[in-house]
Amino acid sequence: MRRAEIITAAILAIFSVLLMIKSAEVPIGWNSARGGPSAGTFPFWLSGGMLLSSIWIFVRGLRGVTPQSRSSEPYMDPLTLKLFALTAGSLFLMILAIHFVGMYVSIPLFFIFYMRFMGRHSWITTAIITISVPIFLFLFFEIALKITLPKGITEPLFYPLYALFY
Amino acid sequence: MEILASLLDGFSVSLQPLALTMIVLGCAGGLVIGALPGLGSVNGVAILLPVTFLVPPNEAMMFLAAIYYGAMYGGSISSIMLGIPGASTAVATTFDGRPLAQKGQADKALVAAGIGSFVGGSVSIVLFTLFAPPLALFALKFGPAESFALMALAFATFVGLGGDDIPKTIFSICIGLVFSAVGLDHVSGMPRLIFFDMSGFYAGIGFLVLAIGIYGIGEILWTIETSKGKVEMSQATITASRIFENIKRLRHSTGVMMMGSVMGYFVGMLPAAGATPASLMAYGFAKSMSRDPDKFGKGEVTGVVAPETANNAASTGALLPMMTLGIPGSPTTAILLGGMIIWGLQPGPMLFIQERDFVWGLISSLYTANLVTAVLMISCIPLFVWVLKMPFTILAPIIFMLCVVGGFAPTNVMHDVWLMFLFGVGAYLLRKLDYPMAPAVLAIVLGPLAEKTFRQAMITSQGDWTTFFTRPLSAIFMACAVLLIVFPLVQNWQRKRRAEANAAAE
Repeated sequence: MRRAEIITAAILAIFSVLLMIKSAEVPIGWNSARGGPSAGTFPFWLSGGMLLSSIWIFVRGLRGVTPQSRSSEPYMDPLTLKLFALTAGSLFLMILAIHFVGMYVSIPLFFIFYMRFMGRHSWITTAIITISVPIFLFLFFEIALKITLPKGITEPLFYPLYALFY
Repeated sequence: MEILASLLDGFSVSLQPLALTMIVLGCAGGLVIGALPGLGSVNGVAILLPVTFLVPPNEAMMFLAAIYYGAMYGGSISSIMLGIPGASTAVATTFDGRPLAQKGQADKALVAAGIGSFVGGSVSIVLFTLFAPPLALFALKFGPAESFALMALAFATFVGLGGDDIPKTIFSICIGLVFSAVGLDHVSGMPRLIFFDMSGFYAGIGFLVLAIGIYGIGEILWTIETSKGKVEMSQATITASRIFENIKRLRHSTGVMMMGSVMGYFVGMLPAAGATPASLMAYGFAKSMSRDPDKFGKGEVTGVVAPETANNAASTGALLPMMTLGIPGSPTTAILLGGMIIWGLQPGPMLFIQERDFVWGLISSLYTANLVTAVLMISCIPLFVWVLKMPFTILAPIIFMLCVVGGFAPTNVMHDVWLMFLFGVGAYLLRKLDYPMAPAVLAIVLGPLAEKTFRQAMITSQGDWTTFFTRPLSAIFMACAVLLIVFPLVQNWQRKRRAEANAAAE
């Protein structure tokens, strides 16, 4: 925990510096032409605030003031790490797959993985939910809300459905 | 009398069939969301906001407010039945609710929670109805300097009263404000903070992307970690006669209910405080007022009534500054405020003049929602107990799916879905180190307005910083803000000195 606290503060401090540099790409001082602070003023000084507070957190971490910096518990125990990696990893792959095969393929695949392999539910429960989810998505978002969800290469498969509803 | 007439007008809007349907749906949905361990009003409102684009803004807001309400009631269900707070706002309900359930009196606790919530809700809505119009009228006098000072005060409450690590709170506020500044600058039209030259950043970072990331994805990751162990569910026997019997017995708690309502309402108005501390304070207060405080923690009904009244009252209290001043009193109301901006409604005093139907429709819908939720909760207890049995491995993918689609729907770009994923994972990792998340959400919602008012005030005063301290109202707000920030630092310093003095004496 202690190491995580200090390393996180250091990373956040670096991130703040990058934000300050990025903000400074536009003027950060007083806008003499129109009056008032310029476009970059607000983000620049607030990134400065981020930097100061992360340095403060870093120092407190080193001196052992915060409870986290005194805790000898691991930041993530092995079981938590495994659950986190599997969940966040599968979610990452699901979002990535949307670009190629669209939501109507990647979301059901995610459900099958999560329910069958993480949750050990029966194939029947898995199948019922996996099949009803894309139907709900289509009816609610595409038909009722008229929001086109990304379909990737599966787009042609939906032409008959469009013809049916529009 | 004028208020009464406005309220009646409001009912003529909120009792329309569509509005009423949305209220009932929202109450039921809120109850379920609240009952699910780990999910509370803020998660429900964040995840379901994109879904409400289906109906007009009036009905959508009523729906979301009903979810907010329902979740406050629902939180008590898992606190009592599982001993796990259904939402952070229901933590105090576990203290006495769980022991009651273990003694086989779960129904007593559930009814007490339902009635307590109902009274808390009712009292606070009446207070809301009375306070809102004069406060809005008063807020009409605010110029940019006052508005900015008020926002500074809102952020200062997090530092002074939030109870979290101070530098971490400040960091959270700053990062939220910086994220709100991404995209085209509204004054000069210059692009700012366009990371990696990705075109997606020109439109800025939507508050919803951050909110769904934190309260959808981040929350589920958090819940997966904290709910690894098995939990034991209590049994509840419910019959109509026992419900009436239990309601009758609650007469003795009337005093506690009134105290909890008023206290909850006023604590709820503060941005950093809200329902969780309100319910803990009410619990502590009820215990110290009680004739035998030793019974508390072992299954005392008053110990369920007090926090439940207070958390419902606080949720209404949080709506007051949001509607009248445009400053949300809680993370949930921050998301509601963001939603209103999406629909083109600018919360604040002008809302009460320009959008009377909307304002009074919403206020009157709170009365309906409160009643509907109380009836639903007490009559459908078995249903919610069944919901609690839903395995997390089914719930988690459903919520992830709603997050992904909800992150995509408002803007139709995958860029936002990726950002949401990053925010979710980042929020989870930071939350493990006790970085508070609510200030960041409040900051990204208020950010654009904070910057605009700050720049307007600076232009008017021609760069004179003292403008925030010389205008009387603004000076009061600023003074309070400075006090709130300085107070905990001084306290810390004194504690350290005392500790050193003690060490030296030994």
